[in-house]
Amino acid sequence: MKVLVAVKRVIDANVKVRVKADNTGVELTNVKMAMNPFDEIGVEEAIRLKEAGKATEVVAVSLGGAPSQETIRTALAMGADRGIHVQTDVELQPLAVAKLLKAVIEKEQPGIVIVGKQAIDDDSNQTGQMLAGLLGWPQATFASKLNIEGEGAEVTREVDGGLETIRIKLPAIITTDLRLNEPRYASLPNIMKAKKKPIEALTPEALGVDPKPRLKTLKVVEPPKRQAGIKVKTVQELVDKLRNDAKVI
Amino acid sequence: MAVLVVGEHDGGALKAATLSAVTAAQKIGGGVSVLLAGSGCAPVAEAAAKVAGVDRVLVADDPLYANPLAENVAKLVVSLAGGFSHLLAGADSFGKNVMPRVAALLDVAQVSDIMAVEGPKVFVRPIYAGNAMQTVEATDEKVVVTVRGTAFEPAAVEGGAAKIETVPAAGDAGLSSYVGAALSRSERPELTSARVVVSGGRGMQSGENFHLLEKLADKLGGAVGASRAAVDAGYVPNDYQVGQTGKIVAPELYVAVGISGAIQHLAGMKDSKVIVAINKDEEAPIFQVADYGIVGDLFQLVPELTQALEKPS
Ligand SMILES: Cc1cc2nc3c(=O)[nH]c(=O)nc-3n(C[C@H](O)[C@H](O)[C@H](O)COP(=O)(O)OP(=O)(O)OC[C@H]3O[C@@H](n4cnc5c(N)ncnc54)[C@H](O)[C@@H]3O)c2cc1C
Ligand SMILES: Nc1ncnc2c1ncn2[C@@H]1O[C@H](COP(=O)(O)O)[C@@H](O)[C@H]1O
Repeated sequence: MKVLVAVKRVIDANVKVRVKADNTGVELTNVKMAMNPFDEIGVEEAIRLKEAGKATEVVAVSLGGAPSQETIRTALAMGADRGIHVQTDVELQPLAVAKLLKAVIEKEQPGIVIVGKQAIDDDSNQTGQMLAGLLGWPQATFASKLNIEGEGAEVTREVDGGLETIRIKLPAIITTDLRLNEPRYASLPNIMKAKKKPIEALTPEALGVDPKPRLKTLKVVEPPKRQAGIKVKTVQELVDKLRNDAKVI
Repeated sequence: MAVLVVGEHDGGALKAATLSAVTAAQKIGGGVSVLLAGSGCAPVAEAAAKVAGVDRVLVADDPLYANPLAENVAKLVVSLAGGFSHLLAGADSFGKNVMPRVAALLDVAQVSDIMAVEGPKVFVRPIYAGNAMQTVEATDEKVVVTVRGTAFEPAAVEGGAAKIETVPAAGDAGLSSYVGAALSRSERPELTSARVVVSGGRGMQSGENFHLLEKLADKLGGAVGASRAAVDAGYVPNDYQVGQTGKIVAPELYVAVGISGAIQHLAGMKDSKVIVAINKDEEAPIFQVADYGIVGDLFQLVPELTQALEKPS
Protein backbone atom coordinates (compact mmCIF):
# COMPACT_ATOMS: atom_id res chain seq x y z
CA MET A 1 0.00 0.00 0.00
CA LYS A 2 1.19 3.44 -0.92
CA VAL A 3 1.00 6.30 1.61
CA LEU A 4 0.76 9.88 0.49
CA VAL A 5 1.65 12.69 2.91
CA ALA A 6 1.03 16.39 2.39
CA VAL A 7 3.79 18.70 3.61
CA LYS A 8 3.40 22.46 3.74
CA ARG A 9 6.13 25.04 4.03
CA VAL A 10 5.23 27.55 6.74
CA ILE A 11 6.90 30.15 8.95
CA ASP A 12 8.85 28.30 11.64
CA ALA A 13 6.79 27.90 14.82
CA ASN A 14 9.44 29.74 16.87
CA VAL A 15 9.44 32.90 14.74
CA LYS A 16 7.70 35.99 16.07
CA VAL A 17 5.33 36.88 13.26
CA ARG A 18 5.05 40.53 12.20
CA VAL A 19 2.21 42.15 10.32
CA LYS A 20 3.33 44.12 7.24
CA ALA A 21 3.13 47.89 7.48
CA ASP A 22 0.74 48.06 4.52
CA ASN A 23 -1.66 45.59 6.23
CA THR A 24 -1.72 43.19 3.29
CA GLY A 25 -0.32 40.21 5.18
CA VAL A 26 2.56 39.18 7.40
CA GLU A 27 6.25 39.67 6.75
CA LEU A 28 7.63 36.62 4.91
CA THR A 29 10.94 37.92 3.55
CA ASN A 30 14.05 36.69 5.35
CA VAL A 31 11.93 34.73 7.79
CA LYS A 32 12.91 31.22 8.84
CA MET A 33 10.61 28.66 7.22
CA ALA A 34 10.01 25.03 8.15
CA MET A 35 7.76 22.09 7.52
CA ASN A 36 4.37 22.54 9.21
CA PRO A 37 4.80 20.69 12.55
CA PHE A 38 1.65 18.62 11.98
CA ASP A 39 3.07 17.49 8.65
CA GLU A 40 6.30 16.33 10.33
CA ILE A 41 4.04 14.14 12.42
CA GLY A 42 2.36 12.95 9.21
CA VAL A 43 5.67 12.06 7.58
CA GLU A 44 6.79 10.24 10.72
CA GLU A 45 3.58 8.20 10.81
CA ALA A 46 3.92 7.29 7.14
CA ILE A 47 7.50 6.15 7.64
CA ARG A 48 6.48 4.09 10.65
CA LEU A 49 3.80 2.39 8.56
CA LYS A 50 6.48 1.49 6.05
CA GLU A 51 8.86 0.28 8.76
CA ALA A 52 6.07 -1.86 10.18
CA GLY A 53 5.55 -3.47 6.78
CA LYS A 54 2.08 -1.96 6.37
CA ALA A 55 3.10 0.45 3.63
CA THR A 56 5.29 -0.09 0.62
CA GLU A 57 6.05 3.46 -0.43
CA VAL A 58 5.84 6.94 1.09
CA VAL A 59 5.22 9.85 -1.28
CA ALA A 60 5.53 13.43 0.02
CA VAL A 61 3.54 16.14 -1.77
CA SER A 62 3.92 19.87 -1.41
CA LEU A 63 2.12 22.65 -3.21
CA GLY A 64 3.42 26.15 -3.67
CA GLY A 65 6.33 28.16 -5.01
CA ALA A 66 9.79 26.79 -5.80
CA PRO A 67 10.99 26.78 -2.14
CA SER A 68 8.36 24.13 -1.31
CA GLN A 69 10.88 21.71 -2.75
CA GLU A 70 13.01 22.22 0.35
CA THR A 71 10.12 20.99 2.45
CA ILE A 72 9.82 17.92 0.24
CA ARG A 73 13.58 17.35 0.68
CA THR A 74 13.09 17.44 4.44
CA ALA A 75 10.44 14.74 4.13
CA LEU A 76 12.75 12.69 1.91
CA ALA A 77 15.54 13.08 4.45
CA MET A 78 13.23 11.82 7.17
CA GLY A 79 12.59 8.72 5.06
CA ALA A 80 9.95 9.38 2.40
CA ASP A 81 10.74 7.63 -0.89
CA ARG A 82 9.90 10.29 -3.44
CA GLY A 83 8.30 13.67 -3.79
CA ILE A 84 5.73 15.49 -5.87
CA HIS A 85 5.85 19.25 -6.15
CA VAL A 86 2.82 21.04 -7.52
CA GLN A 87 4.36 24.34 -8.43
CA THR A 88 2.37 27.56 -8.43
CA ASP A 89 2.82 31.07 -7.17
CA VAL A 90 -0.92 31.60 -6.78
CA GLU A 91 -2.04 32.00 -3.14
CA LEU A 92 -3.39 28.55 -2.27
CA GLN A 93 -6.40 28.25 0.00
CA PRO A 94 -7.57 24.96 1.53
CA LEU A 95 -10.24 24.22 -1.12
CA ALA A 96 -7.70 24.66 -3.92
CA VAL A 97 -5.14 22.55 -2.03
CA ALA A 98 -7.77 19.83 -1.58
CA LYS A 99 -8.62 19.87 -5.29
CA LEU A 100 -4.96 19.69 -6.28
CA LEU A 101 -4.29 16.88 -3.82
CA LYS A 102 -7.34 15.05 -5.15
CA ALA A 103 -5.92 15.23 -8.67
CA VAL A 104 -2.56 13.89 -7.44
CA ILE A 105 -4.32 11.11 -5.52
CA GLU A 106 -6.23 10.06 -8.61
CA LYS A 107 -2.89 9.61 -10.40
CA GLU A 108 -1.10 7.94 -7.51
CA GLN A 109 -3.88 5.77 -6.04
CA PRO A 110 -2.57 5.67 -2.46
CA GLY A 111 -4.27 3.49 0.15
CA ILE A 112 -3.99 6.14 2.82
CA VAL A 113 -3.39 9.89 2.80
CA ILE A 114 -2.03 11.76 5.81
CA VAL A 115 -2.31 15.53 6.17
CA GLY A 116 -1.81 17.80 9.15
CA LYS A 117 -4.81 18.78 11.24
CA GLN A 118 -3.92 22.42 10.76
CA ALA A 119 -1.34 24.58 9.04
CA ILE A 120 0.13 26.89 11.67
CA ASP A 121 0.12 29.88 9.30
CA ASP A 122 -3.50 30.14 8.15
CA ASP A 123 -4.79 28.02 11.07
CA SER A 124 -7.62 26.86 8.78
CA ASN A 125 -7.98 23.23 9.83
CA GLN A 126 -9.87 22.40 6.63
CA THR A 127 -7.78 20.69 3.97
CA GLY A 128 -8.05 17.05 5.09
CA GLN A 129 -11.79 17.22 5.66
CA MET A 130 -12.31 18.94 2.29
CA LEU A 131 -10.15 16.41 0.52
CA ALA A 132 -12.10 13.53 2.06
CA GLY A 133 -15.35 15.17 0.99
CA LEU A 134 -14.18 15.69 -2.58
CA LEU A 135 -13.00 12.10 -2.87
CA GLY A 136 -16.01 10.63 -1.07
CA TRP A 137 -13.57 8.96 1.33
CA PRO A 138 -13.81 8.51 5.09
CA GLN A 139 -11.99 11.00 7.27
CA ALA A 140 -10.32 10.43 10.61
CA THR A 141 -9.37 13.85 11.86
CA PHE A 142 -7.19 14.87 14.85
CA ALA A 143 -5.72 11.38 15.08
CA SER A 144 -3.66 10.41 18.09
CA LYS A 145 -3.48 6.71 17.26
CA LEU A 146 -3.68 4.88 13.94
CA ASN A 147 -4.08 1.13 13.62
CA ILE A 148 -4.30 -0.35 10.16
CA GLU A 149 -6.12 -3.66 10.09
CA GLY A 150 -6.69 -5.28 6.71
CA GLU A 151 -9.17 -3.30 4.64
CA GLY A 152 -9.72 -0.68 7.29
CA ALA A 153 -8.22 1.24 10.14
CA GLU A 154 -9.09 2.02 13.71
CA VAL A 155 -8.28 5.58 14.64
CA THR A 156 -8.31 7.31 18.02
CA ARG A 157 -9.21 10.98 17.73
CA GLU A 158 -8.61 13.89 20.07
CA VAL A 159 -12.01 15.51 20.62
CA ASP A 160 -13.25 18.18 23.02
CA GLY A 161 -14.39 15.72 25.65
CA GLY A 162 -11.36 13.44 25.51
CA LEU A 163 -10.69 10.61 23.07
CA GLU A 164 -12.95 8.94 20.54
CA THR A 165 -12.27 5.84 18.47
CA ILE A 166 -13.75 5.24 15.04
CA ARG A 167 -13.32 2.57 12.40
CA ILE A 168 -12.89 3.67 8.82
CA LYS A 169 -12.68 1.94 5.48
CA LEU A 170 -9.60 2.42 3.34
CA PRO A 171 -8.66 4.39 1.33
CA ALA A 172 -9.09 7.24 3.77
CA ILE A 173 -7.80 10.61 4.87
CA ILE A 174 -6.11 10.93 8.25
CA THR A 175 -5.31 14.27 9.85
CA THR A 176 -2.62 14.28 12.51
CA ASP A 177 -2.83 15.63 16.04
CA LEU A 178 0.12 16.40 18.28
CA ARG A 179 0.12 13.14 20.23
CA LEU A 180 0.19 10.79 17.22
CA ASN A 181 3.95 10.40 17.44
CA GLU A 182 7.19 12.24 17.97
CA PRO A 183 8.83 12.98 14.62
CA ARG A 184 12.44 11.92 14.12
CA TYR A 185 15.27 14.17 13.06
CA ALA A 186 16.87 13.44 9.71
CA SER A 187 20.38 12.02 10.08
CA LEU A 188 23.22 13.45 8.02
CA PRO A 189 23.59 10.34 5.81
CA ASN A 190 19.84 10.43 5.17
CA ILE A 191 20.01 14.11 4.26
CA MET A 192 22.70 13.20 1.71
CA LYS A 193 20.66 10.30 0.38
CA ALA A 194 17.59 12.51 0.07
CA LYS A 195 19.36 14.65 -2.49
CA LYS A 196 19.20 11.76 -4.95
CA LYS A 197 15.56 10.89 -4.39
CA PRO A 198 13.26 11.96 -7.22
CA ILE A 199 10.84 14.89 -7.07
CA GLU A 200 8.25 15.05 -9.81
CA ALA A 201 7.14 18.53 -10.86
CA LEU A 202 3.51 19.19 -11.70
CA THR A 203 1.35 22.28 -12.18
CA PRO A 204 -2.29 23.10 -11.45
CA GLU A 205 -2.85 23.37 -15.23
CA ALA A 206 -1.43 19.90 -15.84
CA LEU A 207 -3.72 18.60 -13.09
CA GLY A 208 -6.69 20.44 -14.56
CA VAL A 209 -7.43 22.41 -11.40
CA ASP A 210 -8.24 26.10 -11.09
CA PRO A 211 -6.53 27.16 -7.86
CA LYS A 212 -8.01 30.65 -7.74
CA PRO A 213 -8.61 31.88 -4.15
CA ARG A 214 -12.23 32.05 -3.04
CA LEU A 215 -11.63 34.23 -0.01
CA LYS A 216 -10.39 37.75 -0.57
CA THR A 217 -8.14 39.16 2.14
CA LEU A 218 -9.25 42.73 2.77
CA LYS A 219 -6.68 43.48 5.43
CA VAL A 220 -4.39 41.99 8.04
CA VAL A 221 -3.79 43.88 11.27
CA GLU A 222 -2.06 43.39 14.61
CA PRO A 223 -4.30 41.99 17.32
CA PRO A 224 -5.12 44.31 20.22
CA LYS A 225 -2.09 44.44 22.48
CA ARG A 226 -2.36 43.33 26.07
CA GLN A 227 -0.56 45.51 28.56
CA ALA A 228 1.73 43.78 31.00
CA GLY A 229 0.32 44.33 34.47
CA ILE A 230 2.09 44.39 37.79
CA LYS A 231 4.07 41.97 39.89
CA VAL A 232 2.77 41.39 43.36
CA LYS A 233 5.01 40.33 46.21
CA THR A 234 2.71 38.20 48.29
CA VAL A 235 -0.27 35.93 47.91
CA GLN A 236 -2.27 38.22 50.21
CA GLU A 237 -1.57 41.16 47.92
CA LEU A 238 -2.71 39.06 44.96
CA VAL A 239 -5.94 38.12 46.66
CA ASP A 240 -6.58 41.78 47.59
CA LYS A 241 -6.05 42.88 43.99
CA LEU A 242 -8.30 40.17 42.61
CA ARG A 243 -11.02 41.00 45.10
CA ASN A 244 -10.89 44.77 45.21
CA ASP A 245 -9.33 46.00 41.95
CA ALA A 246 -10.16 43.35 39.36
CA LYS A 247 -13.26 42.17 41.25
CA VAL A 248 -13.09 38.72 39.71
CA ILE A 249 -13.25 36.72 42.91
CA MET B 1 -30.48 35.54 3.63
CA ALA B 2 -31.11 32.50 5.76
CA VAL B 3 -28.65 30.97 8.18
CA LEU B 4 -28.44 27.35 9.23
CA VAL B 5 -26.57 26.65 12.45
CA VAL B 6 -25.45 23.05 12.65
CA GLY B 7 -26.14 22.33 16.28
CA GLU B 8 -24.15 20.22 18.66
CA HIS B 9 -25.67 18.64 21.71
CA ASP B 10 -25.20 15.89 24.26
CA GLY B 11 -28.69 14.46 23.91
CA GLY B 12 -30.09 16.79 26.56
CA ALA B 13 -28.81 20.29 25.98
CA LEU B 14 -27.22 22.36 23.26
CA LYS B 15 -23.48 22.97 23.55
CA ALA B 16 -22.35 26.48 24.40
CA ALA B 17 -20.50 26.57 21.06
CA THR B 18 -23.83 26.27 19.26
CA LEU B 19 -25.35 29.09 21.31
CA SER B 20 -22.42 31.32 20.35
CA ALA B 21 -22.90 30.35 16.70
CA VAL B 22 -26.56 31.42 17.00
CA THR B 23 -25.37 34.86 18.14
CA ALA B 24 -22.99 35.08 15.17
CA ALA B 25 -25.85 33.99 12.90
CA GLN B 26 -28.01 36.85 14.16
CA LYS B 27 -25.21 39.30 13.34
CA ILE B 28 -25.20 37.99 9.77
CA GLY B 29 -28.94 38.61 9.55
CA GLY B 30 -31.85 36.78 7.98
CA GLY B 31 -33.72 33.98 9.67
CA VAL B 32 -31.84 31.57 11.91
CA SER B 33 -32.50 27.84 11.81
CA VAL B 34 -30.80 25.26 13.97
CA LEU B 35 -30.24 21.73 12.71
CA LEU B 36 -30.12 18.94 15.25
CA ALA B 37 -29.03 15.48 14.23
CA GLY B 38 -29.29 12.83 16.88
CA SER B 39 -31.01 9.74 18.10
CA GLY B 40 -33.89 10.41 20.46
CA CYS B 41 -33.11 14.09 20.50
CA ALA B 42 -36.63 15.45 21.07
CA PRO B 43 -35.64 17.02 24.43
CA VAL B 44 -32.82 18.97 22.77
CA ALA B 45 -35.16 20.13 20.03
CA GLU B 46 -37.52 21.47 22.72
CA ALA B 47 -34.60 23.27 24.35
CA ALA B 48 -33.34 24.65 21.04
CA ALA B 49 -36.80 26.00 20.21
CA LYS B 50 -36.60 28.19 23.32
CA VAL B 51 -33.27 29.76 22.41
CA ALA B 52 -33.66 33.47 21.76
CA GLY B 53 -33.23 34.40 18.11
CA VAL B 54 -33.93 30.96 16.64
CA ASP B 55 -36.79 30.81 14.13
CA ARG B 56 -36.78 27.15 13.15
CA VAL B 57 -35.40 23.96 14.58
CA LEU B 58 -34.84 21.18 12.07
CA VAL B 59 -34.59 17.77 13.65
CA ALA B 60 -33.15 14.67 12.01
CA ASP B 61 -33.89 12.03 14.63
CA ASP B 62 -32.39 8.73 13.55
CA PRO B 63 -30.19 6.03 15.10
CA LEU B 64 -27.73 6.88 12.32
CA TYR B 65 -26.90 10.09 14.19
CA ALA B 66 -26.42 8.54 17.63
CA ASN B 67 -22.78 9.48 17.13
CA PRO B 68 -22.08 12.40 14.84
CA LEU B 69 -19.79 10.84 12.25
CA ALA B 70 -18.53 13.54 9.89
CA GLU B 71 -19.41 11.68 6.70
CA ASN B 72 -23.04 11.21 7.70
CA VAL B 73 -23.62 14.59 9.29
CA ALA B 74 -22.04 16.37 6.31
CA LYS B 75 -24.32 14.44 4.00
CA LEU B 76 -27.34 15.57 6.00
CA VAL B 77 -26.24 19.22 6.06
CA VAL B 78 -25.64 19.20 2.31
CA SER B 79 -29.11 17.73 1.73
CA LEU B 80 -30.58 20.82 3.45
CA ALA B 81 -28.11 23.43 2.22
CA GLY B 82 -30.27 24.50 -0.73
CA GLY B 83 -32.47 26.65 1.48
CA PHE B 84 -29.67 28.60 3.13
CA SER B 85 -27.16 31.30 2.26
CA HIS B 86 -24.97 30.63 5.30
CA LEU B 87 -24.02 27.44 7.14
CA LEU B 88 -22.48 27.91 10.58
CA ALA B 89 -21.18 25.77 13.41
CA GLY B 90 -19.04 26.27 16.47
CA ALA B 91 -15.29 26.05 15.90
CA ASP B 92 -14.90 23.09 18.24
CA SER B 93 -13.93 19.52 17.47
CA PHE B 94 -17.42 18.83 16.06
CA GLY B 95 -17.66 21.88 13.78
CA LYS B 96 -14.05 21.61 12.66
CA ASN B 97 -14.61 18.01 11.69
CA VAL B 98 -17.88 18.40 9.81
CA MET B 99 -18.01 21.86 8.21
CA PRO B 100 -15.00 21.75 5.84
CA ARG B 101 -16.40 18.53 4.42
CA VAL B 102 -19.72 20.30 3.87
CA ALA B 103 -17.95 23.25 2.21
CA ALA B 104 -16.04 20.98 -0.16
CA LEU B 105 -19.18 19.08 -1.12
CA LEU B 106 -20.80 22.43 -1.96
CA ASP B 107 -17.64 23.62 -3.74
CA VAL B 108 -17.33 26.69 -1.55
CA ALA B 109 -14.65 28.03 0.76
CA GLN B 110 -14.93 27.90 4.53
CA VAL B 111 -14.08 30.78 6.83
CA SER B 112 -12.66 29.19 9.98
CA ASP B 113 -12.87 30.42 13.54
CA ILE B 114 -14.46 33.84 13.00
CA MET B 115 -14.18 36.39 15.80
CA ALA B 116 -16.31 39.14 14.24
CA VAL B 117 -18.96 39.61 11.57
CA GLU B 118 -18.37 42.77 9.55
CA GLY B 119 -20.89 42.11 6.82
CA PRO B 120 -22.88 39.16 5.48
CA LYS B 121 -19.74 37.88 3.77
CA VAL B 122 -17.00 39.72 5.64
CA PHE B 123 -15.43 38.20 8.72
CA VAL B 124 -12.46 38.70 11.01
CA ARG B 125 -10.40 35.68 11.97
CA PRO B 126 -7.09 35.05 13.71
CA ILE B 127 -4.11 33.67 11.78
CA TYR B 128 -0.60 32.74 12.92
CA ALA B 129 -1.73 31.72 16.40
CA GLY B 130 -3.58 34.98 16.81
CA ASN B 131 -0.53 37.10 16.04
CA ALA B 132 -2.43 38.66 13.18
CA MET B 133 -6.10 39.33 12.50
CA GLN B 134 -7.29 38.82 8.97
CA THR B 135 -10.41 40.35 7.48
CA VAL B 136 -11.70 38.18 4.65
CA GLU B 137 -14.54 38.43 2.20
CA ALA B 138 -16.12 35.25 0.92
CA THR B 139 -16.83 35.34 -2.82
CA ASP B 140 -18.88 32.16 -3.15
CA GLU B 141 -22.64 32.29 -3.26
CA LYS B 142 -22.94 30.18 -0.12
CA VAL B 143 -20.83 30.83 2.92
CA VAL B 144 -19.61 28.18 5.36
CA VAL B 145 -18.29 29.48 8.66
CA THR B 146 -17.05 28.14 11.98
CA VAL B 147 -17.43 30.43 14.97
CA ARG B 148 -15.00 31.00 17.83
CA GLY B 149 -17.11 30.61 20.95
CA THR B 150 -15.18 33.06 23.10
CA ALA B 151 -15.84 35.88 20.62
CA PHE B 152 -19.65 35.71 20.71
CA GLU B 153 -21.85 35.70 23.79
CA PRO B 154 -23.97 32.55 23.90
CA ALA B 155 -27.58 33.22 22.88
CA ALA B 156 -30.06 33.22 25.77
CA VAL B 157 -31.55 29.77 26.35
CA GLU B 158 -34.97 31.23 27.10
CA GLY B 159 -37.15 33.67 25.26
CA GLY B 160 -37.48 32.07 21.85
CA ALA B 161 -40.42 30.23 20.36
CA ALA B 162 -39.13 28.48 17.26
CA LYS B 163 -41.06 26.03 15.09
CA ILE B 164 -39.81 22.46 15.30
CA GLU B 165 -39.75 20.63 11.97
CA THR B 166 -38.73 17.08 11.24
CA VAL B 167 -36.29 16.50 8.39
CA PRO B 168 -35.46 13.09 6.90
CA ALA B 169 -32.16 11.39 7.60
CA ALA B 170 -29.84 11.53 4.60
CA GLY B 171 -28.63 7.94 4.67
CA ASP B 172 -25.48 6.21 5.82
CA ALA B 173 -22.38 7.10 3.82
CA GLY B 174 -21.10 3.68 4.86
CA LEU B 175 -17.55 4.93 5.29
CA SER B 176 -17.00 4.94 9.02
CA SER B 177 -18.38 3.64 12.26
CA TYR B 178 -18.17 4.61 15.89
CA VAL B 179 -16.21 2.30 18.17
CA GLY B 180 -16.15 4.07 21.52
CA ALA B 181 -14.94 6.98 23.56
CA ALA B 182 -12.82 7.64 26.60
CA LEU B 183 -14.23 10.91 27.81
CA SER B 184 -12.83 12.79 30.74
CA ARG B 185 -15.44 13.16 33.42
CA SER B 186 -15.39 16.08 35.73
CA GLU B 187 -17.66 17.75 38.22
CA ARG B 188 -16.03 21.03 37.36
CA PRO B 189 -17.39 23.49 34.82
CA GLU B 190 -16.55 22.92 31.17
CA LEU B 191 -13.20 24.45 30.22
CA THR B 192 -14.33 26.62 27.31
CA SER B 193 -17.22 28.21 29.17
CA ALA B 194 -15.90 28.31 32.75
CA ARG B 195 -15.79 31.67 34.52
CA VAL B 196 -12.40 30.79 36.01
CA VAL B 197 -9.68 28.58 34.55
CA VAL B 198 -6.63 27.37 36.46
CA SER B 199 -4.03 25.90 34.11
CA GLY B 200 -0.83 24.05 34.82
CA GLY B 201 2.27 23.55 32.73
CA ARG B 202 5.46 21.57 32.76
CA GLY B 203 6.31 23.24 36.05
CA MET B 204 3.72 21.02 37.74
CA GLN B 205 6.15 18.10 37.35
CA SER B 206 3.55 15.36 37.59
CA GLY B 207 -0.10 14.48 37.21
CA GLU B 208 -0.49 14.03 40.97
CA ASN B 209 0.57 17.61 41.53
CA PHE B 210 -2.40 18.77 39.48
CA HIS B 211 -4.43 18.11 42.65
CA LEU B 212 -3.03 21.40 43.90
CA LEU B 213 -4.66 23.13 40.94
CA GLU B 214 -7.90 21.20 41.34
CA LYS B 215 -8.19 22.41 44.91
CA LEU B 216 -7.59 25.98 43.80
CA ALA B 217 -10.04 25.62 40.91
CA ASP B 218 -12.70 24.24 43.23
CA LYS B 219 -12.25 27.16 45.56
CA LEU B 220 -12.83 29.51 42.62
CA GLY B 221 -15.57 27.44 40.98
CA GLY B 222 -13.31 27.03 37.97
CA ALA B 223 -12.10 24.50 35.44
CA VAL B 224 -8.62 23.04 35.13
CA GLY B 225 -6.60 23.44 31.94
CA ALA B 226 -3.04 22.77 30.86
CA SER B 227 -0.25 23.64 28.46
CA ARG B 228 0.73 21.29 25.68
CA ALA B 229 3.87 20.34 27.59
CA ALA B 230 1.77 19.11 30.52
CA VAL B 231 -0.46 17.09 28.20
CA ASP B 232 2.43 15.65 26.22
CA ALA B 233 4.09 14.61 29.47
CA GLY B 234 0.90 12.73 30.35
CA TYR B 235 0.09 14.75 33.48
CA VAL B 236 -3.47 15.37 32.23
CA PRO B 237 -5.66 14.23 29.30
CA ASN B 238 -5.53 15.88 25.87
CA ASP B 239 -8.79 17.73 26.31
CA TYR B 240 -7.16 19.94 28.97
CA GLN B 241 -4.91 21.59 26.40
CA VAL B 242 -5.35 25.33 25.97
CA GLY B 243 -3.78 27.01 22.95
CA GLN B 244 -3.44 27.46 19.22
CA THR B 245 -4.08 23.80 18.62
CA GLY B 246 -6.06 23.07 21.76
CA LYS B 247 -9.00 24.87 23.30
CA ILE B 248 -9.63 28.58 23.18
CA VAL B 249 -10.71 30.04 26.50
CA ALA B 250 -11.54 33.57 27.62
CA PRO B 251 -12.68 33.37 31.24
CA GLU B 252 -13.06 36.23 33.70
CA LEU B 253 -9.96 34.91 35.43
CA TYR B 254 -7.17 32.75 34.03
CA VAL B 255 -4.48 31.51 36.40
CA ALA B 256 -1.37 30.17 34.64
CA VAL B 257 0.77 28.05 36.94
CA GLY B 258 4.22 26.84 35.89
CA ILE B 259 3.52 27.84 32.28
CA SER B 260 6.19 29.80 30.41
CA GLY B 261 3.80 31.53 27.99
CA ALA B 262 4.79 30.32 24.52
CA ILE B 263 2.84 32.04 21.73
CA GLN B 264 0.97 28.82 21.04
CA HIS B 265 -0.30 28.82 24.59
CA LEU B 266 -1.09 32.54 24.63
CA ALA B 267 -3.16 32.01 21.47
CA GLY B 268 -5.64 30.08 23.55
CA MET B 269 -6.02 32.37 26.57
CA LYS B 270 -4.88 35.91 25.90
CA ASP B 271 -8.44 37.19 25.55
CA SER B 272 -9.15 36.30 29.18
CA LYS B 273 -10.35 39.28 31.20
CA VAL B 274 -7.81 38.96 34.00
CA ILE B 275 -4.66 36.87 33.81
CA VAL B 276 -2.63 35.77 36.82
CA ALA B 277 0.75 34.12 36.37
CA ILE B 278 2.63 32.09 38.93
CA ASN B 279 6.14 31.26 37.79
CA LYS B 280 9.53 30.99 39.42
CA ASP B 281 11.26 32.59 36.43
CA GLU B 282 10.72 36.33 36.48
CA GLU B 283 11.69 36.50 32.81
CA ALA B 284 8.94 34.07 31.71
CA PRO B 285 6.99 35.57 28.76
CA ILE B 286 3.70 34.82 30.51
CA PHE B 287 4.36 37.87 32.70
CA GLN B 288 4.12 40.09 29.60
CA VAL B 289 0.42 39.34 29.30
CA ALA B 290 -0.40 38.84 32.99
CA ASP B 291 -2.33 41.50 34.89
CA TYR B 292 -0.93 40.13 38.13
CA GLY B 293 2.26 38.17 38.28
CA ILE B 294 3.86 36.54 41.25
CA VAL B 295 7.39 35.20 41.07
CA GLY B 296 8.06 32.15 43.18
CA ASP B 297 7.74 28.44 43.70
CA LEU B 298 4.30 27.22 42.73
CA PHE B 299 4.46 24.40 45.28
CA GLN B 300 4.50 27.03 47.97
CA LEU B 301 2.33 29.70 46.35
CA VAL B 302 -0.59 27.61 45.09
CA PRO B 303 -1.47 26.05 48.48
CA GLU B 304 -0.98 29.47 50.08
CA LEU B 305 -3.39 31.02 47.56
CA THR B 306 -5.95 28.27 48.05
CA GLN B 307 -5.78 28.84 51.77
CA ALA B 308 -5.99 32.63 51.49
CA LEU B 309 -9.19 32.26 49.49
CA GLU B 310 -10.78 30.41 52.37
CA LYS B 311 -10.63 33.51 54.49
CA PRO B 312 -13.42 36.02 53.90
CA SER B 313 -12.32 39.43 52.68
C1 LIG C 1 2.55 23.13 16.26
C2 LIG C 1 2.59 23.48 17.70
C3 LIG C 1 1.40 23.61 18.38
C4 LIG C 1 1.39 23.90 19.73
N1 LIG C 1 0.20 24.05 20.36
C5 LIG C 1 0.19 24.36 21.66
C6 LIG C 1 -1.03 24.56 22.37
O1 LIG C 1 -2.13 24.48 21.79
N2 LIG C 1 -0.98 24.86 23.69
C7 LIG C 1 0.20 24.98 24.37
O2 LIG C 1 0.19 25.24 25.58
N3 LIG C 1 1.37 24.80 23.73
C8 LIG C 1 1.38 24.49 22.40
N4 LIG C 1 2.58 24.29 21.79
C9 LIG C 1 3.81 24.18 22.61
C10 LIG C 1 4.42 25.51 23.03
O3 LIG C 1 5.30 25.97 22.01
C11 LIG C 1 5.25 25.30 24.32
O4 LIG C 1 6.21 24.31 24.10
C12 LIG C 1 4.41 24.90 25.53
O5 LIG C 1 3.30 25.77 25.66
C13 LIG C 1 5.25 24.95 26.77
O6 LIG C 1 4.52 24.49 27.87
P1 LIG C 1 4.92 24.97 29.36
O7 LIG C 1 4.83 26.44 29.41
O8 LIG C 1 4.09 24.17 30.29
O9 LIG C 1 6.40 24.44 29.49
P2 LIG C 1 7.77 25.23 29.62
O10 LIG C 1 7.95 26.16 28.48
O11 LIG C 1 8.80 24.22 29.87
O12 LIG C 1 7.58 26.13 30.91
C14 LIG C 1 7.50 25.63 32.20
C15 LIG C 1 7.48 26.84 33.13
O13 LIG C 1 7.31 26.41 34.46
C16 LIG C 1 8.07 27.22 35.31
N5 LIG C 1 8.32 26.45 36.53
C17 LIG C 1 8.98 25.28 36.65
N6 LIG C 1 8.98 24.86 37.91
C18 LIG C 1 8.31 25.79 38.63
C19 LIG C 1 7.97 25.92 40.01
N7 LIG C 1 8.33 25.00 40.93
N8 LIG C 1 7.28 27.01 40.41
C20 LIG C 1 6.90 27.97 39.50
N9 LIG C 1 7.20 27.88 38.19
C21 LIG C 1 7.89 26.80 37.76
C22 LIG C 1 9.33 27.50 34.51
O14 LIG C 1 9.96 28.68 34.98
C23 LIG C 1 8.77 27.64 33.10
O15 LIG C 1 8.47 28.99 32.79
C24 LIG C 1 2.62 24.04 20.42
C25 LIG C 1 3.81 23.93 19.73
C26 LIG C 1 3.81 23.66 18.39
C27 LIG C 1 5.11 23.56 17.66
N1 LIG D 1 0.35 24.16 0.15
C1 LIG D 1 0.27 22.96 0.76
N2 LIG D 1 1.11 21.96 0.41
C2 LIG D 1 1.02 20.76 1.00
N3 LIG D 1 0.13 20.46 1.96
C3 LIG D 1 -0.72 21.41 2.35
C4 LIG D 1 -0.71 22.70 1.77
N4 LIG D 1 -1.68 23.43 2.36
C5 LIG D 1 -2.26 22.62 3.29
N5 LIG D 1 -1.70 21.41 3.26
C6 LIG D 1 -2.02 20.25 4.11
O1 LIG D 1 -3.24 20.48 4.80
C7 LIG D 1 -3.03 20.51 6.21
C8 LIG D 1 -4.02 21.42 6.86
O2 LIG D 1 -3.92 22.73 6.37
P1 LIG D 1 -5.03 23.85 6.62
O3 LIG D 1 -6.32 23.26 6.22
O4 LIG D 1 -4.61 25.00 5.75
O5 LIG D 1 -4.96 24.20 8.08
C9 LIG D 1 -1.57 20.85 6.36
O6 LIG D 1 -1.05 20.39 7.60
C10 LIG D 1 -0.96 20.09 5.19
O7 LIG D 1 -0.82 18.72 5.48
